[in-house]
Amino acid sequence: MTPGGLFSRVVAALGGLSGLRRRRYDRQAELHQVSDPAGKKSDAVRASDEETRRREFVPPPELDETPDPRAELVVALLLIAASVAFVGFVVFYVVSEDTQLLGLCIGLGLVLAGVASALAGKRVVIQEKLTDEYKDYGDREEQIQVEDHLVEGKVGVTRRKLLFSSLAAVGAALGAAAVMPIASLGPRVGEKVYETPWSAGKKVVDETGKPITVETLSAGEFITGFPAGASKDDIGSPLVIVRLETDELELPADRAESAPGGYVAYSKICTHAGCAISLFRYPTFDETQPGPALVCPCHYSTFNPADGGKVLFGPAGRPLPQLPLRVGSGGVLEAAGGFYEPIGPSYGGIREAPGEQPL
Amino acid sequence: MIRRTIGALDERLGAASPLKRTLRYVFPDHWTFMLGEIAMYCFAILVITGIFLTFWYVPSDAKLHYAGSYVPLQGTSMSESFASVMHISFDVPAGLLIRQTHHWAADVFIVAIVLHLVRILLTGAYRKPRELNYWLGVTMLGLAILEGFLGYSLVDDLLSGMGLAIAYAVAMSIPFVGGQFAFLVWNGEFPGTSSFLPRLEILHVFLIPMAIATLLALHLAQVVRQHHTQFPEEGSERVVRGTPAWPGYALRSVGLFLVVAGVLFLLGGLVQINPIWEWGPYAPYLSTNGAQPDWYVGWLIGALRLMPPLEIVIGGYTVVPSPFWGGALFPGIVFGALYAWPALARRFHLDDRRKHNLLDRPRDNPRRTAVVVAFLVWVFTVFAAGATDRFYFRSFISYEGQVWFFRAFALLVPLLVYFVTKRVCEELRAREEHPLRSWNGSLIERNQARGFEKIVDRSDQSN
Repeated sequence: MTPGGLFSRVVAALGGLSGLRRRRYDRQAELHQVSDPAGKKSDAVRASDEETRRREFVPPPELDETPDPRAELVVALLLIAASVAFVGFVVFYVVSEDTQLLGLCIGLGLVLAGVASALAGKRVVIQEKLTDEYKDYGDREEQIQVEDHLVEGKVGVTRRKLLFSSLAAVGAALGAAAVMPIASLGPRVGEKVYETPWSAGKKVVDETGKPITVETLSAGEFITGFPAGASKDDIGSPLVIVRLETDELELPADRAESAPGGYVAYSKICTHAGCAISLFRYPTFDETQPGPALVCPCHYSTFNPADGGKVLFGPAGRPLPQLPLRVGSGGVLEAAGGFYEPIGPSYGGIREAPGEQPL
Repeated sequence: MIRRTIGALDERLGAASPLKRTLRYVFPDHWTFMLGEIAMYCFAILVITGIFLTFWYVPSDAKLHYAGSYVPLQGTSMSESFASVMHISFDVPAGLLIRQTHHWAADVFIVAIVLHLVRILLTGAYRKPRELNYWLGVTMLGLAILEGFLGYSLVDDLLSGMGLAIAYAVAMSIPFVGGQFAFLVWNGEFPGTSSFLPRLEILHVFLIPMAIATLLALHLAQVVRQHHTQFPEEGSERVVRGTPAWPGYALRSVGLFLVVAGVLFLLGGLVQINPIWEWGPYAPYLSTNGAQPDWYVGWLIGALRLMPPLEIVIGGYTVVPSPFWGGALFPGIVFGALYAWPALARRFHLDDRRKHNLLDRPRDNPRRTAVVVAFLVWVFTVFAAGATDRFYFRSFISYEGQVWFFRAFALLVPLLVYFVTKRVCEELRAREEHPLRSWNGSLIERNQARGFEKIVDRSDQSN
C-alpha cells in the first residue's frame, strides 16, 4: 500500500468521509428541470435594459469526479497536525494552564482541522454544480381560499358589531393589566431625583476618610472629596475640589464667599452623562495656554472652575454644580450649604427640582 | 450501518425524502456569502464559551475584599461580580482563555453582521421577496449590539461602570418618559440597587440570546424556503445554481466553522482583551482617561462627543436633555433608516417593485450604491469621532479642533462620497472593469516578420 493510499484511509476514518467518492447514479437529468418560462407568468423576470446581461441561459450541472490523491494526503496531514495540537491542549492543561499555550493549541488545532475540512470539501470529494428552481410564491386562487376560510368565522353571527366591540374592550383591558407589573420594576421618579448628603457644616474628607484642610492643596492642584460619614457610591457625594489663585476666580457676585482661600468645590458627576470628572487642566504658562478647566474623560465636556462651573466646550448642557465651601474649626473644609444647582445627568424635571438653599 | 439508521428513521418519521432534499439542497457560491455564516458561527462560539462563564459569574453588587491570586488587587474592596470575573481570569484553569475568546467572539460577531449587512445593501439582496428576512437581520444586529454592551457591563469593572453611567444618562434623556424609564431599569437612581445586576444577567445570558437564536432560526428557514440569492454569472432569476449541501458544501461550511472557532481561540489565547485587573473595580466617583468601549459602541460615543451642548428647555421643563441627540436619536435614525430602507429605496426609485433572485453588483445600480456608501461613511465618520481623544494623544492636534473637523466632515463628506461613488459606479458599469483587476486590454509585440502579435488578450473578458 502506498503512503497515499494509507492516508486516504486515515482521512476516511478520521473525517467520516467514507464512500464519498462512490457515485451511485447520475442525477443530472432529474435536477435540471426548469419549468417552462412561457407557460408561467412570473413577475420576477421581465426584460429591462439593466438586465440585458442577465442570461436566461444557466450553465448545465457539472460533476467532477477526478481523484486528487495529493489533496487527500494534505487533508490527512492537516488532520494529524490538528490532533497533535489538541493533544497539546490536554497536556498543557494538565501541566501548566498557561493561557497563551492553551489558546495556541486549541486555536491552531481548530484552524488546521477547519482547513482540512474545507480542503476536503473543495478537492477530495466530488465537485458538483447543481441547479434548483427559485419558487415564485403567490397563488391568487389559494389566497382567495384562505380568505374564504377566514371569513367563514363570521357566518351565522348576528350581533357582530357588539361582539367585536366587546372583544376590543377585553383586549385593551387585558393589555393594560398585563403591562402594569412593569411599574413594579422600580420606584417613581420624584420631584427631586438626586438627593445629596451635603448640607451646611458637613465636613469634607478625602478618599481615605481624612479631613481636607486649607493646607491640603496648593494652587493648581485638585482632589476628590466626600461628605464625612456618607456613602461614596451615592452620586450626590463626590466632589472635585480645586485650588486656584484667588485672583484667578471669576465667580458670580452671589458666590463670592463660596471659595475660601481659592478652594472651589464642584459635584464630580458630569452633568452630561454622569461620568466622574477626573481631569483637571491647569495652565503652566498663562500667556499661551487656555485657563483652568475641569474635563470629563467620557465625552470631554469642559467646565470652568473659576467661573461657577460654566460649560466651556463639549456636549454638557448644564454647568457643573458648585458646592459652597467654608473653613471650619482646625482649618477643615466644610460645606457652607447644598449645591447651587441640581447635580447629575439631565432628565425632564432636572431644572424644576427645588434647589437646595445654600448659605 | 448507514442503511439501517436511514431505514429506521424513514420507517418511523418518513425521513428519507426530507433528508434527500436536504443533502441535495443547493448553495450558490460566492465569497461574500460567507459573512453571514461567520456571524452565525461566532454566535455558536459565544453560546459555548458563555455557558462556561455562567458557571462562575455572580451577578451581585455586594462588597467584599478581594482574596484571589492576583496580588496587586488583594484586599481591595470590590463587588462580588467583579471578584467572580477576577476568579475566572486568574483562578479557573483555562478561564481567562474562555473569557477572552468570548469577548473576541462578540467583537468579531458584530463585525461579521455589519459586513453581511453591507453586502446585502450593496447587492440589493433585501429586495422583494426578501424584505422580511432583511428586517430580521437588522433586528439581530440591534440585539447583538445590546447583548455585547450588557456583556461587558456585567463585569462591574471601571469601564463597565462608566459605560452604564452613560447608558443611564441616555435613558434619563429620553423626552418625557426617560426619567421613569431609567428608574424602572436601574430600580432607582444610578448606580442602582442589588436587583440591577441580576436583571442585566438574565437579559444577557437568557432573554437576548434566546431572541437572537429564534430570529436566527427564522432567518435560516426563510433562506431555505426562498433559496439564497446569487450573482447572474451562475444562475438566472428562475434557476439557482451551486454546490449541493452534501458533500461539498457541508465540508466547506464545517471547515469555516472550525477556522472561525480556531481564530477566535487564537485571539483569546494570544491577544489580550479587556484586562479588567488593570481598570479595577468601579465606583461612581472613579473614571479614567482614554477609556474606549468595544468597537460596536464607538459610534454612540462619537455621536455623544460631536453634539453641541444643546438642551431644549420649555418653561423650566427640560424637554430634550443633551445626551438624547447622540445617544438615542442618532442610533434611532440609523436603525430607522435601515428598517425603512427597502421602502425608501422603492419610494425614491432606486429599486423597482419586482421580485429579484439575482443580485446586483454594486455598480449595476450606481445611485443606490452611492446612497448606501454615503450612509456608511456618515456612520463611520461619527464612529471615528469616538476616537478623537486617542488621536489627540498620538498627534497633539487639539481636541476642540478635531471635534469641529468631524462635525463638518460628518455633514459634508457623505455628500461628496455620494457623487464620487455614483460616478465611479457609472464608469465601471460602462467599461465593465473590475476595480481591483482593472486592466483588460491586450498586449501586442512586434514579431520578426515586422507584424504585430497578440501576446495577451484580455479585451473580451469582463471582470
